[in-house]
Amino acid sequence: MVPNAYYLVLSAILFSIGMAAFLVKRNIITIFMSIELMLNAVNLTFVAFAHQWHQVSGQIFVFFVMVVAAAEAAVGLAIIIALFRTRATLNVDQVDLMKL
Amino acid sequence: MTSSLYLWLIPLVPFAGFLVNGLLGRRFPKALVTTVAWVATLIPFLQVLNIALHLNSLALPYREDIGTWITAGNFHADFAFALDQLTLIMLLVVTGVGFLIHLYSAGYMAHEDGYWRFFAYMNLFMFFMLTLVLAENFLLMFVGWEGVGLASYLLIGYYFTKDSAANAGRKAFVVNRIGDFGFLIAMFLLIAHFGTLSFSGIFSQIGQHSEWQGGFLTAIALFLVLGATGKSAQIPLYVWLPDAMEGPTPVSALIHAATMVTAGVYMVARAHAIFDRSPFALTTVAIIGAATALFAATIGLVQTDIKRVLAYSTVSQLGYMFLACGVAAYSSGIFHLLTHAFFKALLFLAAGSVIHALSGEQDMRVMGGLWKKIPITFWTMTAAVLAISGIPPFAGFFSKDEILYQAFVSPNGAGKILWFVGLLTAGLTSFYMFRLWYLTFFGESRAEHAAPHTPEPGHQPEKEEKPHPVHESPWIMLGPLVVLAILSLIGGWVGVPAALGGHAEISHFLAPVLQAAPEAAEGGKSVELLLAIVSVAVAVIGWFIAHLMYFAKPELPKQLAAKVHGLYSLLLNKYWIDELYGAVIVTPVLLISRYVLKGLFDTGIVTGGSLALGYTTQGIGSLVQRVQSGNIRSYAGWLAIGAAALLLLTYFGFGVRWSF
Repeated sequence: MVPNAYYLVLSAILFSIGMAAFLVKRNIITIFMSIELMLNAVNLTFVAFAHQWHQVSGQIFVFFVMVVAAAEAAVGLAIIIALFRTRATLNVDQVDLMKL
Repeated sequence: MTSSLYLWLIPLVPFAGFLVNGLLGRRFPKALVTTVAWVATLIPFLQVLNIALHLNSLALPYREDIGTWITAGNFHADFAFALDQLTLIMLLVVTGVGFLIHLYSAGYMAHEDGYWRFFAYMNLFMFFMLTLVLAENFLLMFVGWEGVGLASYLLIGYYFTKDSAANAGRKAFVVNRIGDFGFLIAMFLLIAHFGTLSFSGIFSQIGQHSEWQGGFLTAIALFLVLGATGKSAQIPLYVWLPDAMEGPTPVSALIHAATMVTAGVYMVARAHAIFDRSPFALTTVAIIGAATALFAATIGLVQTDIKRVLAYSTVSQLGYMFLACGVAAYSSGIFHLLTHAFFKALLFLAAGSVIHALSGEQDMRVMGGLWKKIPITFWTMTAAVLAISGIPPFAGFFSKDEILYQAFVSPNGAGKILWFVGLLTAGLTSFYMFRLWYLTFFGESRAEHAAPHTPEPGHQPEKEEKPHPVHESPWIMLGPLVVLAILSLIGGWVGVPAALGGHAEISHFLAPVLQAAPEAAEGGKSVELLLAIVSVAVAVIGWFIAHLMYFAKPELPKQLAAKVHGLYSLLLNKYWIDELYGAVIVTPVLLISRYVLKGLFDTGIVTGGSLALGYTTQGIGSLVQRVQSGNIRSYAGWLAIGAAALLLLTYFGFGVRWSF
């Protein structure tokens, strides 16, 4: 039986990696991936706690998160394609026209 | 006493006249403006006359409540009018002299711009003055008090395009505010001690408490005196009255001689119950009066502007009235007020007639030899000069003599000194009045030698025309002069003292309101007779010196002026009081306003404070705006740092205990 804390530590590490990548990376696809990484780190936490307390609600949350992530990925990839067609770049620093 | 006297109509009719002329007068023809103004003053006069004729069937004091004005807790102030003997005399003076001056004004002001404005203001003045004398409580009196100040301001500044007139109006207003401050404080004290401002309420309370002597009554009385010195042009607040001569001459006659300036005397007489309990306040009044009388008379000796001489003479005569009140001879003060209203109004109107005849000239040095050219003005002026100088049997003799006698016999320790000052002033008065008389009417005409003058304020001739030749005034102006001259002659006979074979009717008449002046005992009669002879002698000496200096030896005044040059220029410059006030009061106030209040407080603290607030906000903003870089990743970084901080806070606690 793996102690619960192991899962949580792994989850924290994954989340931190995701966050660091989000802050540092400029490629929009990489940023997307780091967001997915953070979401899945959270999913791992949910599952770990659900297992510990024998409650099913944590696992149901995970399904919701997966659905949202899938929807996000679909919309996000569409935006990225549209962006690449107009700007011919994936660098977020060059896509700041919304800024004043 | 069954029927109402409709006292409220007396002030309200002139007010209606003011409204009609003030709102519509601009479009009216002059004749209609004049008619409205005349009717609006004639009706109150007839009403007052009617009351006076039916006096015997009236129960005085009569009181008329119009309605509630202010109710605040236990304090009430009502619209209430009262009529007693004192009020009646004031009403007769105000409406009678007021009506005559309205008649005269129609002639004097005929060529002026803003004719309707003049009469509207005059009616407004009548409204407030009548409110002042009819009021049954201090607060309503104060309304009239302020109102006459307003009307006075408007009329002094009648020629408002002239700087000097506008400044004179402002000066009158500001100086009067100082006095009004005293009046206000006195009213606050009255409310604090009596809980009411009604005359009957206050005076009956004082009557019930004979143990109240001095103390807070002195304080109230002194603040009332401050108010009175402002309105009645006494030391130290007299400075506005000579400048007020910038107004048209009828205004000087009505407001600044006959009626408004006597309001202070009236107020002291009205509040005599308070003053009687405070010997200190009474002595103060007497000293202020005597000092003002002498002081103003000395300035009057050397002035060359005919209206200024009369202005200082007015200040001086008001000093006499204060002197009378100060020795508790209130009825003598009111008597002098009455006769003074006649002869001083006459003097001003006659002076106005002279000015009119000379197309606006006011400088006596370029007058002279006028008596044949304007004989009616001359004779009426003569009556007034004799009256003010105290030559029997003219009006001024009896009233002035009464005051001097009362001062002489007063139990006040300074009575004899006050009498002597009064006597000296009487001599000076006689001198400067006859000086004016000789300079104006006798000798050679000096008009040709004079440099072409710019018309002084008061009467501007039609500017395009050449000055008219000297001409007598129209009858609409001469009529009031004649009536006032007759009054100046016989007006004093209502108060002939017992020592001279009279019955002193006026002091008996006023006795129910003001306690009667002490009757001269048998031994006192000879004293009174002696004093009368002395004062007549002094008046004649004054006349004689004036005759010598300005008729027999016209070169004498110049030599004398050269000999005592310092004294002469001191008097000519009015003791430099205006300059002194300017240096001691006005300049510091200006400096404080400009540098401390405006510079330090307004610009420094108020403006500076708001600017500092603005700049601080801007500065903080410019620092904080860097956070909003528009860079999504930096926002995310802040978010992460915040989340981490919250996490740490939750974990390590810092004393925070979460409780759900």
